Amino acid sequence: MKLLKLVPDNTDIKFLRWRVPFYIISLVLMATSLTLVLTRGLNLGVDFVGGQMIRVTFVQTPAAPVAELRETVGKLGYGEPIIQQFGKPNEISIRMKLPEGSDHDAGLADQMARKITAAVKAGHPDARIDGVDSVSGKVSGELFKTGMIALGLAMVAISIYIWIRFEWQFGVGALFSLVHDVTLTLGLFALTQLEFDLNIVAALLTLIGYSLNDTIVVYDRIRENLKKYRRMPLPELLDLSVNETLSRTIVTSLSVLITLLALLLLGPDVIFGFTAAITLGIFVGTYSSIYMAAPILIWLKVTSASFVPTESAVERQERMARERS
Amino acid sequence: MLDFPRWKQAWLWFVTLACALAALPSIFSVAGLAWPAALPDPKVNLGLDLAGGSHILLEANADQVRRQRLETMEEDVRNRLRQAEPQIRIGDISTKDGSVTFMVADPAQVDAAREQLQTLTSGAQLTGQRDWDLQVLDGNRVVMTPTEAGVRQAINQAMDTATEVVRKRIDALGTREPTIIRQGADRIVVQVPGLKDPTALKNLLGQTAKLEFKLVDQAALPSELAQGIVPPGDELVPYADATKGTAPIAVKRLGGIKGDSLTNAQASNDDRTNAAVVNITFDQQGGAKFARLTTENVGKPFAIILDGKVLSAPVIEEPILGGTARISGSFNTESANQLAIALRSGALPVDLKVVEERSVGPDLGADSIRKGMIALGVGTLALMVFMLMTYGHFGIYTNAALILNTLMILGIMAMVNTTLTLPGIAGFVLTIGAAVDANVLINERIREERARGRRVVQAVEMGYKEASRAIFDANITNVIAAALMFFFGSGPVKGFAVVLAIGIATSVFTAVTLTRMWVANWLRKARPTDLAL
Repeated sequence: MKLLKLVPDNTDIKFLRWRVPFYIISLVLMATSLTLVLTRGLNLGVDFVGGQMIRVTFVQTPAAPVAELRETVGKLGYGEPIIQQFGKPNEISIRMKLPEGSDHDAGLADQMARKITAAVKAGHPDARIDGVDSVSGKVSGELFKTGMIALGLAMVAISIYIWIRFEWQFGVGALFSLVHDVTLTLGLFALTQLEFDLNIVAALLTLIGYSLNDTIVVYDRIRENLKKYRRMPLPELLDLSVNETLSRTIVTSLSVLITLLALLLLGPDVIFGFTAAITLGIFVGTYSSIYMAAPILIWLKVTSASFVPTESAVERQERMARERS
Repeated sequence: MLDFPRWKQAWLWFVTLACALAALPSIFSVAGLAWPAALPDPKVNLGLDLAGGSHILLEANADQVRRQRLETMEEDVRNRLRQAEPQIRIGDISTKDGSVTFMVADPAQVDAAREQLQTLTSGAQLTGQRDWDLQVLDGNRVVMTPTEAGVRQAINQAMDTATEVVRKRIDALGTREPTIIRQGADRIVVQVPGLKDPTALKNLLGQTAKLEFKLVDQAALPSELAQGIVPPGDELVPYADATKGTAPIAVKRLGGIKGDSLTNAQASNDDRTNAAVVNITFDQQGGAKFARLTTENVGKPFAIILDGKVLSAPVIEEPILGGTARISGSFNTESANQLAIALRSGALPVDLKVVEERSVGPDLGADSIRKGMIALGVGTLALMVFMLMTYGHFGIYTNAALILNTLMILGIMAMVNTTLTLPGIAGFVLTIGAAVDANVLINERIREERARGRRVVQAVEMGYKEASRAIFDANITNVIAAALMFFFGSGPVKGFAVVLAIGIATSVFTAVTLTRMWVANWLRKARPTDLAL
């Protein structure tokens, strides 16, 4: 049987030749993302700003009466609701954030959910309430804070681990590429105004783990090659390492994409945003492992000598064996 | 690396099969098949977002506990000093600014007053700290301030009682397997699976059910009340049923009785009007008090007050001596039932508010499971085809590892009794995708080593060895991410983290250890001189 080969053997693509333009593009994208997040803001879900969201299915109606519901719910005095269809045309979600400056009233979100539910049910006997989420101002503030702490801690903890296992330059490189991935994803959320909720934080954490997976594979090869080819100029050595791991990068990315696509197209509608965020992150993460994490080592002046003092007796033997063969 | 003695092989197979078999009851259950009753049946719990149900976070009003404590202390101080021998006369008592303040009429009695009050302010239990600070200012002004330790203890006690009351009420609803946990200083988490309509539950939990009987002040002038002038010693209480348009009425603050000494409460219908009512039965002490109140005040109206709102204010026609009473108001059968449950389980010592709710209807949950399983199946199948096409013979090992990995994750989840949530399903699918990474790394490395001219056995050995380092480092970083998600995440996200963590462990086991054993066996038997890779 002829096996599928996505990447030919012994590729020699000069990835690093374009490192400066790509870095400039990435830095510009990061700055744009940051500006977008600061000016346009993230469309924070009820998890993070407080409010309520109910999911309704109209069992005997082919399409939900969105315009009429918007008016009915709008009349309750909490403001304009956000009504979105998800899944089938008769399945909708009605979102209502807490009005500004109402954080002190702990029970308000629950009251909103009750009133909106009652109003929908009163006008539509066939309305089936499939889900209710309500979050008070105080709880949403706590959720936001812990979510951000988790994200920050994850990035720092992982970078420290890389620093211990490799060298400080690799730790900095890993941290930078993680910041790059998270910033770009946040920027995309600010641009598209997709809802940013608790699940997206989990998606970002997953993305951090995945992106790092990629970075580590490349770094591991760089470390190996640094010991192997003492005199090779660094840019050349990085190119070699990226090329050697290219086949693996492509195959793994495709594997994860296959499962994610199945989840996006066939999976539960409720977690569409979550899966979409991870899918997007796979592309950003793969790119950053090659173009962000690797070139930074050149500027941070990594050399073969970085690994000589830490070379253990076992590793030394391995190297000798390799050099002999 | 490729040396697998028989005992090691047996041991690896035993671990694999034990974990994989534990997944069967869960698979049977999702597929709707009956699992033999004689066999043990560890099962994966479905989270509320899959099984349907409600997660409700209740928060107590801590300020209310502080306020109530001040009011109780005010009354205690009055009673204690009035009953003291000789009587200590005080004036200008107030509970402003978070402390109880009053003047002792005769400055010579200040020390006597202080002595009397010492007994009211016993130390906060266990901590050894006092629960009230007592100060004397300007010679005869006594200021009693609750200490932080005392307030904390009071809130703690109130929360313990509140948790107990919540438990009783949920049990009375007859729901199955509720989870009720105190969280932090002032919160209670309630999780009830399989609830069609959480509104009734929320109504029941949100009702404080503090019942009071107070005499109506007939001397109060409605015109003055309308202007907000309240006669001294009275308080204004609004009607519960605001649609009647009745104005708030003035009731006497003192001399009423509380409805916290009930032995029973039942909803029923009034014989004459057929309206829904609640019959209550006092305990002996409460019954005696109620008898005295009604005997002394025949012909006068008294207000039945629930949670600070007047339900009704009937005229006492005759003394009620039997220790039972009937509460009428604007009830329907459901609200009468709910009040009866709330009264039976006792009043909440503090108001609880729903500060977070996550409810999922059973239909949506079932839909999520179905779609999740389809995605999992299709994703896995597509991935297996891809692996077979890319790695041929080695792809078979990868795929076998993949199937066993799926079963092992489920099996371990069932054995350690974790909960599968909706993000957990996503984590599952993602783990499957990421798990093949280990095999990809190994297979690519073997390919590379072959290309460098190594012999088959050597290439395989080097492949596993060199790839293991990156696999290890990469998985540790994922464990770090999963651990942080677990500690900082809320329910569903925690479920995701658990699946991720279990998946990391099993995928390393299946993708690295098991495939290495299979490949080693194959190499020994087939002795290939070339690898189709």
